[in-house]
Amino acid sequence: MALTGCALFGFVIAHLLGNLQIFLAPENINRYGQFLQATPELLWPARMALIVLAVVHIVASAQLSTENRRARSIPYAECQVVAASYASRTMMMSGLIVAVFVIYHLLHFTIQVPGINFTGQDFRLLHDAKARHDIYQMMVLGFKQPLVSGFYILGMALLCLHLSHGVSSMFQSMGWKNKYYGRFLDPAARGAALLIFLGYCSIPVAVLCGIVRLP
Amino acid sequence: MNLTLKVWRQKDAKSPGRLAEYAATNIIPGMSFLEMLDVVNEELIARGEEPIAFDSDCREGICGTCALVINGIAHGGQRGTTVCQLHMRHFRDGQTVIIEPWRARAFPVLKDLVTDRGAFDRIVQAGGFISVNTGGTPDANSLPISKAISDQAMDAAACIGCGACVAACKNASAMLFVSAKVSHLNLLPQGQPEKDGRVSNMVRQMDAEGFGNCTVTGSCEAVCPKEISLDFIARMNRDYGAALLKNK
Amino acid sequence: MNLDAKIPSGPLSQKWDKHRFEMKLVNPANKRKFDVIVVGSGLAGASAAASLAELGYHVKCFCFQDSPRRAHSIAAQGGINAAKNYQNDGDSIYRLFYDTLKGGDFRSREANVFRLAQVSVNIIDQCVAQGVPFAREYGGLLANRSFGGAQVSRTFYARGQTGQQLLLGAYQALCRQIGLGTVAMHPRTEMLELVIVNGHAKGIVVRNLVSGEVASHAADAVVLATGGYSNVFFLSTNAKGCNVTATYRAYKKGAAFANPCFTQIHPTCIPVSGEHQSKLTLMSESLRNDGRVWVPKKQGDDRPPQKVPEEERDYFLERKYPSYGNLAPRDIASRAAKEVCDQGRGVGPGGLGVYLDFADAIKRLGGGVVKERYENLFEMYEKITGENAYQTPMRIYPALHYTMGGLWVDYNLMSNIAGLFVIGEANFSDHGANRLGASALMQGLADGYFILPYTVGDYFANMKQPRPSAKSGEFKQAEERVKTLARKLLSIKGSRSVTSFHRELGKLMWENCGMARSETTLREALKRIPRLREDFWTNVKVTGETGELNQDLEAAGRVADYMEFAELLCLDALTRQESCGGHFRVEFQTPDGEARRDDEHFAFVSAWEYQGADKPPILHKEPLVYEEADMSQRSYK
Ligand SMILES: Cc1cc2nc3c(=O)[nH]c(=O)nc-3n(C[C@H](O)[C@H](O)[C@H](O)COP(=O)(O)OP(=O)(O)OC[C@H]3O[C@@H](n4cnc5c(N)ncnc54)[C@H](O)[C@@H]3O)c2cc1C
Ligand code: HEM
Ligand code: HEM
Ligand code: SF4
Ligand code: F3S
Ligand code: FES
Repeated sequence: MALTGCALFGFVIAHLLGNLQIFLAPENINRYGQFLQATPELLWPARMALIVLAVVHIVASAQLSTENRRARSIPYAECQVVAASYASRTMMMSGLIVAVFVIYHLLHFTIQVPGINFTGQDFRLLHDAKARHDIYQMMVLGFKQPLVSGFYILGMALLCLHLSHGVSSMFQSMGWKNKYYGRFLDPAARGAALLIFLGYCSIPVAVLCGIVRLP
Repeated sequence: MNLTLKVWRQKDAKSPGRLAEYAATNIIPGMSFLEMLDVVNEELIARGEEPIAFDSDCREGICGTCALVINGIAHGGQRGTTVCQLHMRHFRDGQTVIIEPWRARAFPVLKDLVTDRGAFDRIVQAGGFISVNTGGTPDANSLPISKAISDQAMDAAACIGCGACVAACKNASAMLFVSAKVSHLNLLPQGQPEKDGRVSNMVRQMDAEGFGNCTVTGSCEAVCPKEISLDFIARMNRDYGAALLKNK
Repeated sequence: MNLDAKIPSGPLSQKWDKHRFEMKLVNPANKRKFDVIVVGSGLAGASAAASLAELGYHVKCFCFQDSPRRAHSIAAQGGINAAKNYQNDGDSIYRLFYDTLKGGDFRSREANVFRLAQVSVNIIDQCVAQGVPFAREYGGLLANRSFGGAQVSRTFYARGQTGQQLLLGAYQALCRQIGLGTVAMHPRTEMLELVIVNGHAKGIVVRNLVSGEVASHAADAVVLATGGYSNVFFLSTNAKGCNVTATYRAYKKGAAFANPCFTQIHPTCIPVSGEHQSKLTLMSESLRNDGRVWVPKKQGDDRPPQKVPEEERDYFLERKYPSYGNLAPRDIASRAAKEVCDQGRGVGPGGLGVYLDFADAIKRLGGGVVKERYENLFEMYEKITGENAYQTPMRIYPALHYTMGGLWVDYNLMSNIAGLFVIGEANFSDHGANRLGASALMQGLADGYFILPYTVGDYFANMKQPRPSAKSGEFKQAEERVKTLARKLLSIKGSRSVTSFHRELGKLMWENCGMARSETTLREALKRIPRLREDFWTNVKVTGETGELNQDLEAAGRVADYMEFAELLCLDALTRQESCGGHFRVEFQTPDGEARRDDEHFAFVSAWEYQGADKPPILHKEPLVYEEADMSQRSYK
């Protein structure tokens, strides 16, 4: 669980960095996309790994929560929450919503199923001057749809809720926590989650506000 | 003061239980919570009803026998306090108080508020010791141990094995207890030779007993009467990971 | 009755070594053939069960708690003594021996006490090897403190939880054996009968406290490690479940009960707050190092303590014992407190309490220092009383704490019944009329780790009695007696609860046979106890049934035994016409109120033999002979 969570967290960071290239010229991100597409020996193993990680993470979480539910057969009549944060108690919910988001996101930007982007266009047909797939244009067009952007922001929010607990939990589960920085861990995890949230959201928001627009 | 109690009554391990309502009258703020239950029991006996069964022994917060969930909080919510040390002055006149047993599959209810915590003993039997026989041990001062390590081991060893951590955990996980037991011995130089086996065996037994998994929600630490730190869970995870790697 | 103590010959310091050499050994292959029952899993029981199992015997261990780790030893706070002389302050085995003997007011057996001091050093080694986290100095070596009036620092401690840590050490050793299958542990099981076959203790009958099932267990020897009987006074610092049942029922089977009147009272407990009080809580005596004890001079003065001006306060310990002041020994401080309360000058609810005031200490040392020294005690006090002792003086009162008396045992820790061994607080052997602080833990572990494993072997090597079947007639009869008793208790269906009887008995005992005893009060008690007992057997109301978890029935059985045992205790107190240690007879005191011991007539162990329900027990005397130590008078002026 922790191992996969940790790797997924790594992907989220890397992906964020990749995506933030949108704030540079369209050239950058398109080149980046092209680079990825052009090196299948890198892309596919990475994709496979991601899929495996995601599947393992989800299967493990399902197992975990059935075991945990079984561990208390009779619930308390009255139960007060002590110390446990909201995020920590709703990992399964936030995780599932993230999963839904990711599926939509894959259909939207990776497989680029035309029907679900609500722009009436087919993203597969977007090409830039150098005949590369125009990711820049796809993103801008995609996020011009307030509904889509809204859903993305919601997805991000839940992801970050998930991570606000997940990251510090990960340190605990991996046994990395110690008494020197242990007490900064929870706030740090929340901070990191917030940064990731802001980072990702900056993209749809920037598009909606017209800061990032088609050249 | 007067209180309304809703108490879990269950005839034995096999029968279903339910919450029954009792009035606790003329309660003095200086009474301990268990003394309040004593008073209620005396009245039940006077009326010819069966008294409420609950566990306690030392009544001074050290033996770990007493175990009640009061209004949804294990040991009743006073920091660092077992329920036998909880006093009625923390309650309000007229309040309704719900009293339930520890709830966990690994701690089956035996009667009313009494549960079977034998799982904890079996976890210790699986490895919570240092294998030395009586006699033939070296002089106690032949092995200096740094005060910092010794103090930290003592922090862990302070666990009274009450099981509140399990009761409070949303997953009924025993990680805080097990990590305290493991850390006490794994921190000390005497515990090094059996370090890996100890943590692996105790964790295996813990899982076999049907406790849930830790998702780091932290309720255990908050209700623990000995304020055992969550850091010990991290430490145990580390020891466990190291043991796994070495065994591979 | 044969009360041969079997003390080995030779010089005191060589007796144990000589005896160990002379004892017969059991061939390792044969050890497997012997079964031992250990009742009790406190320091004494757990250490004995683990050590015996390590040697290769089959052990069955019993305790009434839900886990062996919860035995009452867990509550000990202060520490454990050992003659390690790590502090280089002049300690030695001989000094620990002499301190213990003198502290016990020369009413203990010299050879036993010397052996205790000898093995004390091994205990610490053993515990450290098990991982007991004793306090340490910055250099990494073990720390010590001084305790209970000793002039040397020989007490080892683990924060305020020494008993817990030592018990966890023994419990872990026990768990290891349980895991290996050499010990069968029976928690939540209460011993209710001792079974004797052909003069040898061969087993016990127990009740499973969860299912109510009554069962027999046969073995080649029985070890009782069932702790003390302070709860005959109802209110004491002992845990709720502590009882005399195991030892008393052995007594009824012929085991001699020694010195039952030797009980110890601890001066610094938190006072009773009302009728509902279920037990008393001890606070470390170290508080008396800085607190000043006082009561108002006027009777019935109910002003808050801060409002009582200095000149209207009576610092009675400082007044009566100018050189020791607030640090006067336990028994003296306790009696002085009782005296002022009897005069109607006690403070707090019911007038049973005296102030322990830190105002001067805070002025002198500053609040910070006081907090540093006593923070956890102040916190504990606040938890229980809701009062802040930095601002208002603590209230304290003496309470029953420890019982030196117990079943009579010889040098081998075997009672007068062959094959019945008694260890820990349950026996009488090492503390005489008064126990020094931090010595009970030492004794329990000495018995269990280092003495019993040898002497049991010697018994087996000499014993030619086969182990009976647990289905034999003696066991069946004993089971029947247990069941009949339970049925009888349940059938009375009277109008008073078990607790109300216990409370009344306790009060009666405390008033008449507590800190100060006199012929009048003891005769009064001896008159009232049988009446109360009769009332109990006609009027008690025990709810529930036998075949279930029934805490009311458990308590009823224990109180039934206390009802008889209390009488024995008072009888012993009446016949011992001297004051010594914890036994203070007001008739026998020096003009300035000190205990007056009578070595000429009372230098013996009183060992009582049961004669049947309606006959008075017979007193046997084991003379106490001191070969090397000379008997001096205690003085704390
Ligand atoms: C509050 C307090 C503080 C103390 N502090 C100190 C200190 O600082 N230093 C010191 O040296 N001493 C101290 N003492 C004394 C010391 O703790 C005890 O004398 C000692 O621990 C007794 O150990 P034990 O093994 O003989 O008995 P216990 O620990 O009392 O164990 C008795 C065992 O017998 C079992 N048992 C009893 N009856 C039955 C039955 N009928 N059937 C089955 N099982 C039974 C119980 O389950 C238990 O396992 C203190 C005592 C108290 C009360
Ligand atoms: C504003 C936020 C995001 C933007 C703009 C964005 C953008 C993109 C784009 C453009 C692609 C397609 C790349 C390509 O086809 O070459 C992609 C793929 C992907 N994204 Fe995102 N993404 C965002 C958030 C996320 C989040 C939060 C996750 C995961 C939790 C995620 C997971 C993925 C995955 C798994 C892929 C498929 C990678 C692959 O092709 O193997 N994305 N993203
Ligand atoms: C990109 C997506 C995801 C990332 C980056 C991620 C990351 C993490 C991390 C770092 C942890 C902490 C691991 C630990 O300490 O053990 C975690 C835990 C968890 N995740 Fe995810 N996760 C993702 C998706 C999901 C999904 C889709 C689900 C659900 C189906 C899910 C369910 C859980 C659960 C239940 C936990 C609980 C474990 C705990 O609380 O410690 N996660 N996740
Ligand atoms: S860790 Fe704390 S809550 Fe859990 S058993 Fe130990 S003392 Fe009780
Ligand atoms: S409450 Fe439970 S989830 Fe882990 S941190 Fe404590 S065991
Ligand atoms: S009864 Fe011992 S801790 Fe509460």
